[in-house]
Amino acid sequence: MSTTQHLSARLALATTGRVLRQLRHDHRTIAMMLILPSLLLGVLHLLWRDLPTAPGQPGTFDRVGLTMLGVFPFVVMFLVTSIAMLRERTSGTLERLLTTPLSRLDLLLGYGLAFGLAAALQAVVTVTVATTLYDLDVAGPVRLVVLIAVVDAVLGVALGLLASAFARSEFQAVQFMPVIVLPQFFLCGLLLPREQMAGWLQAISDALPLTYAVEALGELGRSAEATGTMWTDVGVVAGAALLALALAAGTLRRRTD
Amino acid sequence: MDAITVTDLVVDRGRRRVLPGLTFSVPAGEVTGLLGPSGSGKSTLMRAIVGVQRVRSGTVDVLGHPAGSPTLRSRVGYVTQAPSVYADLTVRENVRYFAALYGRGVAEADAAVADVGLRDAAGQLVADLSGGQRGRASLACALVGAPELLVLDEPTVGLDPVLRVELWDRFHALARAGATLVVSSHVMDEAARCDRLLLLRDGALLADTTPAQLRTDGRSHDLEEAFLNVVRAREGVTA
Repeated sequence: MSTTQHLSARLALATTGRVLRQLRHDHRTIAMMLILPSLLLGVLHLLWRDLPTAPGQPGTFDRVGLTMLGVFPFVVMFLVTSIAMLRERTSGTLERLLTTPLSRLDLLLGYGLAFGLAAALQAVVTVTVATTLYDLDVAGPVRLVVLIAVVDAVLGVALGLLASAFARSEFQAVQFMPVIVLPQFFLCGLLLPREQMAGWLQAISDALPLTYAVEALGELGRSAEATGTMWTDVGVVAGAALLALALAAGTLRRRTD
Repeated sequence: MDAITVTDLVVDRGRRRVLPGLTFSVPAGEVTGLLGPSGSGKSTLMRAIVGVQRVRSGTVDVLGHPAGSPTLRSRVGYVTQAPSVYADLTVRENVRYFAALYGRGVAEADAAVADVGLRDAAGQLVADLSGGQRGRASLACALVGAPELLVLDEPTVGLDPVLRVELWDRFHALARAGATLVVSSHVMDEAARCDRLLLLRDGALLADTTPAQLRTDGRSHDLEEAFLNVVRAREGVTA
C-alpha cells in the first residue's frame, strides 16, 4: 500500500537481536560458522605447503588463502540468509511482521546487521588462525582483511535476501548458491588473472561484485598500506550490497494474493 | 461507532473469485464471530481487514483508515490460523520480540505470556511445544501490543475445553476494556460466545446477526441447526 519506509533504528536493532537469538539456540550452526572456514583453509595450507615459490612472488597459499578469506563469509552468509528469509516467508512470520510497525527496511537492515556481526566474528577467527597457524603472509593490516570480509558477508546477506524472493522451496533456495556464487568465483581473477581473460568474460567479471572484493584483498596482500584501489573496491562492494538490499526491499510485498 | 467498514469487497485468489462483493460493518467494542465452513473465505476476509490481501475492488476501512495504513500497524493485531512464531526461539523470546516491535516492554511481554497460560512453558523453544501451545504463543505475540482491533483466525483450534473457555473469557474482557475482536471459527458451538455473528458461505454473507436472532430466524435453539435452516431457507429462495 504505502511505499514510505520509516526507518527505525530501535526496530531494526530488535530484529538483529531476535536473529542473533535464533542463531544462539543453534549451536551446531555457530560451530560450523566459526570453525569450518579455518579447517578448509587448513586443507589448502597443507595442499601447497611444500610447493616451491618463485622469488619475489607471493606463495600460492598466500594468494589463494587470502582470497578465500573474502569468499567464505560471502558464501556462508548468502546461504544462511537465503534460508532464514525463506523460512520467514513460509512460516507466516514475514506476513505477520508486515502487519506490525516494523518497516521492510528495518527488517532487512536487522538481518544485515545480525549476519554482519556473525561474519565479523567468523572473520576474526579465520584471519587469526590463518596468520598464526598457517603462516599466511599479508603485507597490509589484518584489521582491513577483517573489514573486507565483513563487507563481503554483507554482500552475501543482501544477495541472499534478494534470492530468497525467487525461491519457492528450500530445494530452490540452496540451488541459488551455485547460480549466484560460482560464476562470481570463476571470474573473480583467482582461477585466471583477469588480464588473461577473453574480453567479454572480463566485461562480465567487471560487473560482478566479488571481483572487487578479491581485488581489494589482493591489494592488501602486496601493499603494507591501504591503497586507493582497495578503498574504491570496498566502496563498490558496499554499493552493490546496498543495491541488492534495495531490490530485496522491493520484493517484500505487503499485500499478496 | 464501527471499527470496520467493508464496502463491495471483491477478492480473487488466482483465477478463483473468493469474495464476490461483500458489504458489512463491525461494531467497535464487541466480539464479532466470523463463522462458516472451511473454504468460505474467512481467512481471505481477515487478511483484507489487516491489509495483507491484494483486493480486486471495493474498500475496507479500519478504525477510520484504509486497511493496511501505516498508522494502523500499531493498533491492529493479527493472529494467523497456522501459528506464525519463531520455532527456534523460546516463547518468552518470541513475545519479547513482538513487544519490542509494538513499543512495549519486558513486563508487558511476560504478562502476555501469563495471559495465554504459558507461564510455565515460557523458557521452552516453540518447536518443543504442542500445537495448542504454539497457537497460544502466537496469540500472546498479538496480545502484547494491546491492539484496538484484534483479528484472530481460528484461535481456539486444538485447545482443551477449559483453556478454550478461559480464552473466550479473555476475549470478552478485552472487549469490555474497549477493544474490538473479530474471531473466526468453523465450529458453530463457538458462535454462542460471540456478541455478533457474520455467517459466511462461498464468500457471500448469509447473515449479519446475533446468536439470539439466529436462533429465532433459524427456528432452533441449537445454533448449528439454526444455521442450516437459514442456509436451506436462503437456497430455497434462490433456487
